[in-house]
Order: sequence, then C-alpha cells, then structure tokens
Amino acid sequence: MQSEPSSNAQTYNYKVVRQFAVMTVVWGVVGILVGVVIAAQLVWPGLNFDLPWLTYSRLRPLHTNAVIFAFGGSALFATSYYVVQRTCSVRLFSDKLAAFTFWGWTLVIVAAAITLPLGITSGKEYAELEWPIDILITLVWVSYAIVFFGTIVKRQVKHIYVANWFFGAFILTVAVLHLINSAAVPISLWKSYSAYPGTIDAMVQWWYGHNAVGFFLTAGFLGMMYYFVPKQANRPIYSYRLSVVHFWSLISLYMWAGPHHLQYTALPDWGQSLGMIFSLILLAPSWGGMINGVMTLSGAWHKLRSDPILKFMIVSLSFYGMSTFEGPMMSIKTVNALSHYTDWTIGHVHSGALGWVGFITMGCIYFLIPKLFDREKMYSTKMIDVHLWIATIGIVFYIASMWIAGVMQGLMWREVNADGTLAYSFVQSLEASYPYYVVRFLGGVLYLIGMLIMAWNVYMTIMGPAPAKQSSAEPAQA
Amino acid sequence: MSNAWSIYVIVITLANILGCLWLIRWTTKKRKKEANQGDVTGHTWDGNLQEYNNPLPRWWLWLFYLTIVFSLVYMVIYPTAGNYAGMTGWTQIGQYQAEMDEADKSYGVIFKAYAKKSIADLAKDAQAMDSGYRLFLNNCATCHGSDAGGLAGYPNLTDKAWLYGGAPETIKTSILDGRNGVMPPMGAGMNVQQLDSITVYVLSLSGREADAAKVTQGKTQFDSMCVACHGADGKGNPALGAPDLTDNTWLYGGTPGLIKESIQKGRNGKMPAHRDLLGEEKAHLLAAYVYSLSQ
Repeated sequence: MQSEPSSNAQTYNYKVVRQFAVMTVVWGVVGILVGVVIAAQLVWPGLNFDLPWLTYSRLRPLHTNAVIFAFGGSALFATSYYVVQRTCSVRLFSDKLAAFTFWGWTLVIVAAAITLPLGITSGKEYAELEWPIDILITLVWVSYAIVFFGTIVKRQVKHIYVANWFFGAFILTVAVLHLINSAAVPISLWKSYSAYPGTIDAMVQWWYGHNAVGFFLTAGFLGMMYYFVPKQANRPIYSYRLSVVHFWSLISLYMWAGPHHLQYTALPDWGQSLGMIFSLILLAPSWGGMINGVMTLSGAWHKLRSDPILKFMIVSLSFYGMSTFEGPMMSIKTVNALSHYTDWTIGHVHSGALGWVGFITMGCIYFLIPKLFDREKMYSTKMIDVHLWIATIGIVFYIASMWIAGVMQGLMWREVNADGTLAYSFVQSLEASYPYYVVRFLGGVLYLIGMLIMAWNVYMTIMGPAPAKQSSAEPAQA
Repeated sequence: MSNAWSIYVIVITLANILGCLWLIRWTTKKRKKEANQGDVTGHTWDGNLQEYNNPLPRWWLWLFYLTIVFSLVYMVIYPTAGNYAGMTGWTQIGQYQAEMDEADKSYGVIFKAYAKKSIADLAKDAQAMDSGYRLFLNNCATCHGSDAGGLAGYPNLTDKAWLYGGAPETIKTSILDGRNGVMPPMGAGMNVQQLDSITVYVLSLSGREADAAKVTQGKTQFDSMCVACHGADGKGNPALGAPDLTDNTWLYGGTPGLIKESIQKGRNGKMPAHRDLLGEEKAHLLAAYVYSLSQ
C-alpha cells in the first residue's frame, strides 16, 4: 500500500480531482445563491437596487453559467478524472495538462463572473461568454480531451468501462457544439456577432442548447451514475446490453432534438416535426439509463435505509426519469403550444437540474471527499440525510409552483372574451403568478440551505483529523 | 430546400431511426461464449465493478418500438421528411389561417357593427369601450401603459396635448399607419453658450422662470433654427408632429437637462403601424377608445 502524497507513477493523480471536487462545492454555493437572488428579484423587483450590474438580465446568465459550467463542469472534471484513472488502472495521461484544465477552467469561470455582470455578452443562451473567453474554453477543452482519451489509450484494462463511454461522448460532443455555436465575427475585444443569420442562428443556438442539456448535463452525469451507483451499492450494473442500446441510441437521437425549442416559429415545419419525433423516440433511451441505475440497486434496497449517499443517487435517478418523460411530452406541438414561453419550462429544467444533475453530483461528491482526503467517512452522516430532505422539499416547492404557474399562464394567454379579444394582458398573468414566485423562491432557499450544510460537512471532513495509517489510493489493479 | 437536401434529410432521418432498430436486434442476439442470462459478463473494473448479462426489459422495448412506430406514422401524415408535405398537407401557417378565419367568422360581426358607427359615438358606447380597453391592454399598453398615461418617449394619451392632432380620424390614422417623429440633433451648429440660452428660452415658453438676458439671446437662436417646425410662437405643428413647447407637456422629460439633451442630440420617436396587425375595424374601435380617454 502506498500513501497518496508519494505520487509516483503507480498512484493516481488525486490532486486535480481534489481541486475540482472542492470547487464543485464552492461553485455550487455561489451558483445556487445567484439563483436565489434572481428568484427573489422576481418577488421583490427592487432588489436590483437600480444598479445595472445587479439587474435580472445580467444575473440570470451568471446563474446559468455558474451552475452549469462552474458547478456541473467542476463535478464532471472531478469525477471523470477519478473514474477514468480507477477504471483504466493508470494515472492520468498528463499531470501538467490536467493542472492546466483546472486553472484554465477556473479562469473561465472568473472571467464569466466579471464580464456577465458588466453586460458583456454574445447574447446566445448558455453560451453568453464573448469570443476571447470562448477561445480559452476551447484550449481547456482540447487539453481535457487529450488527458481523458490519453488515459484511455494507456489503460491497463482491456475493456473500456461504460462510464467512460459516456464521459468520452460528452467531451467530444461538447467540443463540436462549442466550436460551431460560438462561431462569430469579432468587432472589438469584447463584442462579436454570430456567424449565422436569422432563423439559422436560432437553430444553431438550440441545436447547441439542447445538446448542452443532452451531453453536458446528461451524458456526462450518466457517466458519473455508471461508476458511483454500483460502487456505492456494491452491486453489478443491471444490464450490459441495456447500457449498449441506450448509449448509442441516446447519443445519436439527442442530436436531432433541438428544434423542439422552436415549435411554432419561423423554423420550417419539417424541422419542427423532426425535433418533435426524435424527442419522443428519445424517451426510451433516456429511461434506459434510469432503469440501469435503479435496477442496479435491486437486491440492495435495504441499504437505502441507512445510506443517505445512496438515497441521493436514487432520488436523482427518479428525477431523471421524470424529467425525461416530461421533456418528450412538452416537445409535442399541441402540448408545446400551451407550455412554450411559460414557467412550466423553467420548472421542467429545474426538475432536471436540481433533481438529477444536482443530486447525482452531491451523491458523488459525498462519496469522493473522504476517499480523496484520506478520511474514513464524511464528518457527519446525519447531516447528509438532513441535506437530502431539505433539498428534496426545496425541489418539490420549486417544480410544483412552476408547474402551476406555467399551466396557468398558458391558459390565461389563450383565454378569449365573447368578442374574441384576449381575456388577459401579459401583466395580469404576471400578477397571478406572484404567489408562485414566492413559493419558488422559498424552494430555492431550501435548496441553498442544503448546499450550505454540504459545504460545512465537506469543510469539517477535510479539516478533521486523518485516521492513522489509512490509505486512499491503492496501487493500480491490472 | 433543393431536392438534394431534401433527400439528404430523409436519408439520415430514416438511417438514425432504423439504426436504433438494428441496434436493438444486434444487441439482443445471443453470442457464443457469452455469459448466461443473469450472470455477470466476466469483466471487472476497479476491484468490484461488474455488469450482469441481463436482457433488455420487455416493457421498455415495447415503449421504444411504440415511439418509433408513432414517429414513422407521423412522418407520413405531417411535414417531417424534407420537402414531402405529408398526407394531410398540414402547415403551421395553414393552422393559423384556419383559426383566424374561424375567429373572424365568430367575432368579425361585432367589429363590423362597431365600424359602422362614428368614432365619437362609439366612444360613448360602454360595451364597445370594454372591448376597446381589452384591445388596448394587449396591443398598446406595453408602451403607453395600462392606464394610457405614457412614459418618457411614449405619449400620454389621456391629456389634451396631441402631437399629430386629437381629432377622431387623426387618431385612427396614427394607429393604422404609425408615426415617426424626428427632432434633428442641433448640437453641432451651436456652442455651449448658445445651447444653454436656447434651452432657457424654451423653458420660458411655458411660463417657467428664466434668466431674462439668456431668454433674449435664446430667442434669436430659436427664431433662426426652430421656428420652421415649432412655429414662431413655439406652439408646434401637428402636420409634422412637432410638439407645442408652450403647454408644459414634455414627451422626453421637462427638466432643463433633458430639454437640452433633446436640442443637442435630437429625438426619434416611432409609433409602429398597425394596419396589418389589427385591420381597419379594430383600429376604428381602438381609436374610439383612445379618443374617449381625453374626453
């Protein structure tokens, strides 16, 4: 047994994993806090204090970038680096490049946190960062791909573990998405215009946008699921065949689903229909991942009673199944005609984001922290349980209020009087939504409290005493 | 879309969907030397990670097939496959037109009847004004406010200060064809002192306190630069939409600083045309509603 600090060629590179794991928690707190702030602004508009840097329009992209790319991104880096080393039984391909991805990604996040409140934006949703930052992202991402696939190439195990298929697909696809969607003509250091005109720009934007969901927030996190769920449950994956079918069908079908964001717009009819049917076919492949995760627990259900980390994972899979059912339904033109532009969409996104992406990340980080910092277990198991319940109630508040508000808005907007005029103006639907915005804000506060409990638990674990002669990094098993 | 693109779209669409079916068949095929159903496949990673060789859940497979069949049928019925229009010939424009025609059939008579009455008479018809208010809320309130009180740059419609005139037919013309009120930037042609004195003179026109010396100076400026549009007495010109400067109503704000800004940098106000959006009859009713606000 070798202890971790003597990092020779045999042991794994845990340093970069530790860095990303800790930053996942830090950015989680920051990103969710900004989300709570903008939810509060929708309840009390005065909270922007008439300062341009604090307006909803500038903080909203800061929130989305912070939770997707800072919190989610750090979690993906941490877990993929950990998983690829452990399942390939080799150290990362290059320590220097791995360190560059950490510092480069951190720089991207800091640049986002400065430029977005200043109002510097390309105007593309989930890709707001301007071209100099886009170039930095490209450099970091190429390095990430080299480290990840380099490690796969030098693996000591013949077969590539299923988690790595998903991580690999996520890394490759995000590279393609980023390059194509961010193509722009710079006119100054901090301003550029999209390379695409009109409807084509909208289509490229949503091809990117939906695949950011499909690959960044789904494929990558399924990679996490495929390692940490069987590890934590100590059970084999339910079905190898299912993982093959759902992997290939998921990654091919997702590519088409983007146009469902543009139902009943200037996009030609055939494009809209394609987006819809591929979203529907996507239901089964998405559920394939859920089934494989949930069924892996069959035979170990009793563990759910005592293991809150496993609870995080099973709840996240439930939310994954629910939002991947809701998504295809919302892509159907008739349903979309009601749901589009309403808060239903916001509720849908957050059942995936808070429930699936957030919970699987929290479960994995609770799993990782003791192992990375050479501790027997988390400082407080009880607090993990408390986190789980507070956050779950927060999610329920959030999505239930947005469902009600969304359906209500959709119905109000289409209601007509006896003379055919619209029964409600926009502001009347906004007024009616007000109570639900309060509930949504409370849900966000609960979720934030959960995240703060986690941050405290992680801090206490790291700062607590290390057990004597306990080693976290076993030698590679060939 | 050219035929080549259309064929390309159809081919890759079908290839992806049929590819899924092939994938299912290929994966479910029994292979030599493979583990028995329910056993682990024999590979192990990271100490204890293994996989069962379980078959695809049957109910899940049926769900997969069902969505595929639904989608293929949908492709035949609706426009999905490139240029192929689908059996029903459905289009979103067609759906919109059908719904609009339907609405016109049910509600058109109401507005036709209103259009036969004069704007002044309609303005006194409570039921018509209810309809007019709802039209206003959904078409005009965004700029003019729910109470039609206006905002900086968006005229208050409840007072008697009309830029283009407040006669019923004039209001209707404003709604139907829009207006474009341009105050040219005058700053380039004068120095700071001149700009200052002309501002003071404009302030004095509505009876506000002003430095007498500057007023005299500013008047000379005004007479040479502003009278063409605003008139010698500063009472404006509705034909041009040039505002009356004597009524103490300020579209862009009445502080000395904002008035100076209007003179120096100019203003560009745009009321969009609504002829295509609303049609003649609804504009008629809206004109009556707006007219009623200042009566």
